[in-house]
Amino acid sequence: MDDLSGAFAQAFRLIAGFDPDLLEIVTLSLQVSLSAVIVAGLIGLPAGAAVAVMRFPGRAVVIAVMNAMMGLPPVVAGLAVYLMLSRAGPLGDWGLLYTPSAMVIAQTVLVAPIIAALTRQAIEDLHGDYDEQLRAFGIGRSGMITTLLWEARVGLFTVLLAGFGRAIAEVGAVIMVGGNINHVTRVMTTAIALETSKGALELALGLGIVLLVIVLGVNALAGLLRMGVAGRAHA
Amino acid sequence: MTKRTLCNILATLILSLSLFGAAARADNAFILVQSTTSTQNSGLFDHILPQFTEASGIEVRVVAVGTGQAIRNAANGDGDVLLVHAESAEVAFVADGLGVERFDLMYNDFVIVGPSGDPAAVMGMTNASDALAMIAESGSAFASRGDDSGTHKKERSLWQEAGVDPVVSSGDWYQETGSGMGATLNTASGMGAYALTDRATWIAFENKGDLVIAVEGDDALFNQYGVILVNPQRFEHVKSDEGQAFIDWLLSSDGQNAIGAYQLDGQQLFFPNAK
Amino acid sequence: MHWQGFCAWVLPGVPMPDVAPRITEPEKFDGPEVLPVSGRELVVERDGRKLVDGAALTIDQPGVTALMGPNGAGKSLLLRLLAGLIAPDHGTVTWAGTAPDRLRASRVGLVFHRPVMLRRTALANVAFALKVSGVARVERHDRALAALASGGLEHLAASPARVLSGGEQQRLSLVRALAPGPQALLLDEPTANLDPGSTLAIEDLIVRSAEAGMRILLVTHDPAQAQRLADRIAFMHDGQVEAPVSADSFFNEPASAKASAFVAGRLVL
Repeated sequence: MDDLSGAFAQAFRLIAGFDPDLLEIVTLSLQVSLSAVIVAGLIGLPAGAAVAVMRFPGRAVVIAVMNAMMGLPPVVAGLAVYLMLSRAGPLGDWGLLYTPSAMVIAQTVLVAPIIAALTRQAIEDLHGDYDEQLRAFGIGRSGMITTLLWEARVGLFTVLLAGFGRAIAEVGAVIMVGGNINHVTRVMTTAIALETSKGALELALGLGIVLLVIVLGVNALAGLLRMGVAGRAHA
Repeated sequence: MTKRTLCNILATLILSLSLFGAAARADNAFILVQSTTSTQNSGLFDHILPQFTEASGIEVRVVAVGTGQAIRNAANGDGDVLLVHAESAEVAFVADGLGVERFDLMYNDFVIVGPSGDPAAVMGMTNASDALAMIAESGSAFASRGDDSGTHKKERSLWQEAGVDPVVSSGDWYQETGSGMGATLNTASGMGAYALTDRATWIAFENKGDLVIAVEGDDALFNQYGVILVNPQRFEHVKSDEGQAFIDWLLSSDGQNAIGAYQLDGQQLFFPNAK
Repeated sequence: MHWQGFCAWVLPGVPMPDVAPRITEPEKFDGPEVLPVSGRELVVERDGRKLVDGAALTIDQPGVTALMGPNGAGKSLLLRLLAGLIAPDHGTVTWAGTAPDRLRASRVGLVFHRPVMLRRTALANVAFALKVSGVARVERHDRALAALASGGLEHLAASPARVLSGGEQQRLSLVRALAPGPQALLLDEPTANLDPGSTLAIEDLIVRSAEAGMRILLVTHDPAQAQRLADRIAFMHDGQVEAPVSADSFFNEPASAKASAFVAGRLVL
């Protein structure tokens, strides 16, 4: 297929040429999505673990909502964040709309439920094995949560990666709250959307290949790190 | 990974995150323009904005969406300047007190594009609504924006003139993409459908496939762009000085010449007509 | 009885690991009181079945009390009740007269049938137990090392706990339970499925702890082990506990028909 080989050639030219615009876009993509994953992790990991460990009325509802939020359409998340950050919205005074921070917030909204739901699953499995032993040590609830999070660290690493994958591949939310402004809020996916709308399909596909390579690279790096962690913990 | 390296990575990332906000706040010399995909996709902004920035020191950040969404965003105060092409909506925007004043800026025109096979036999016609009536009669596929954009508004007025309500055939021969001009052209190109598009986007569009211009030159296809400063009395954060400077420049001979000088494939895409 | 003589007596012909020089005394007790550990009129009901049905047991006397009985008698459940891990449907558990609380949990050591190791080194596993029991950071390392040494495990200090053998893991979990200096020790079949060497090492630790004055409750299915270690034997069946008697009288002149059937290997629930 002509389009496809052209796209690969295009991708190769983009990477080999160290195109400064591309570099800027890639850097911003990584910055935004990594920041979002970190913030979402700071929220989702303890929240998921807390739900896994605690028993309270309405817990089943919370779990159902968390699981459902995993399928939250990015555009809906984007719209919600837009309405919050718009000058007409409750947080409009912060002036964050059409900035990378807004994109981080939108991606955090998307990713935090994924991290929370998957963390709950992982910690709940572990909790069954560890609960009595940890309580026999005299550990409290917060100690239980932090200990289980640390014990599950290898699996949770994969959870964070899943969140990162969702964040960096997402377009609907960031284009709405970021505005796809050149040199300010243009990331890989919104650049791809733009080139597609210009009918520049080869370039769009080329950028898509670059995105794939980057995600692959991040996963490979994470895999190496995880092997290091797992090697030490022999989990 | 030791705890210390983890902490370092975390701290670095959080720092870089907080720097986003700082950068956005510290650098005040930029304005936000709500505009349309046609101006962005055609490359016009890439051509004229650096000239303005060089002359004024003011950076221009463009959010390019459909005209309808651009107007709604501006009505929420999310922008300093509105640059779109839907005159009646723009007039209403000013009348509602959301904008200061509307200025004619430039025009281009719409064209009806279609497959070279021309199943509706409209090729070469100069009356757009007659052509649409024939497309409807022949049941040939037509791809519509369906997104309340300036182009979509124009298309609806043409259908009205033709005495056809295409929406009853939606999903049949009338396809509402609900997307931007580029996405709609991709659809038309893919399925061999007719479509109404602004000429600038059409010329810049790279995935024409089998599509060619079928109808052009009708006065009804005239496409006027206007520019409006969002009302700083309504939204106190609006950077009225910088925004007004941008509008003044666009309407000045410098700005008008810059618009007229922009060409793609040897064709002039926009015709300045500020009064 | 000295531990080497003890080993030679239990398992003649089995080569003894030379751990004698490494042995250090178990930690001396300090901190809040938990003795006596006592349960009264305990009832645990699950799905309409009374798994524990009016059981009572008090751990007060120094030495080893073996808890014996057929499978399903409720022994593990009783152990968890006394440890404060589960709440009874009826009856009360008290430590030194008041309800169990987690601040005193490390004063009641607990070792499970299946060791639960944290994903970190053997040393860090012990240090973790010390940390939870409130031992200051500066003391933890040395005390954890000393605890490992008391179980002959100091050469494994830097090994990840989860790659240790089953026997090593069980020894480590006993050492870990002993490290904070508990007054009472509850052991749930700690040597089930272990090889003779590991069994010996664990029994040795139990004996030394008992000699140091610790109150130990040992759930076991092994009559020989009970005879080797136990000062008293409490017999449990049908969710109830018979009054503890000496090991000799338990095996030679059982107090009840069920105990007698159990000893003869004829009691199945």
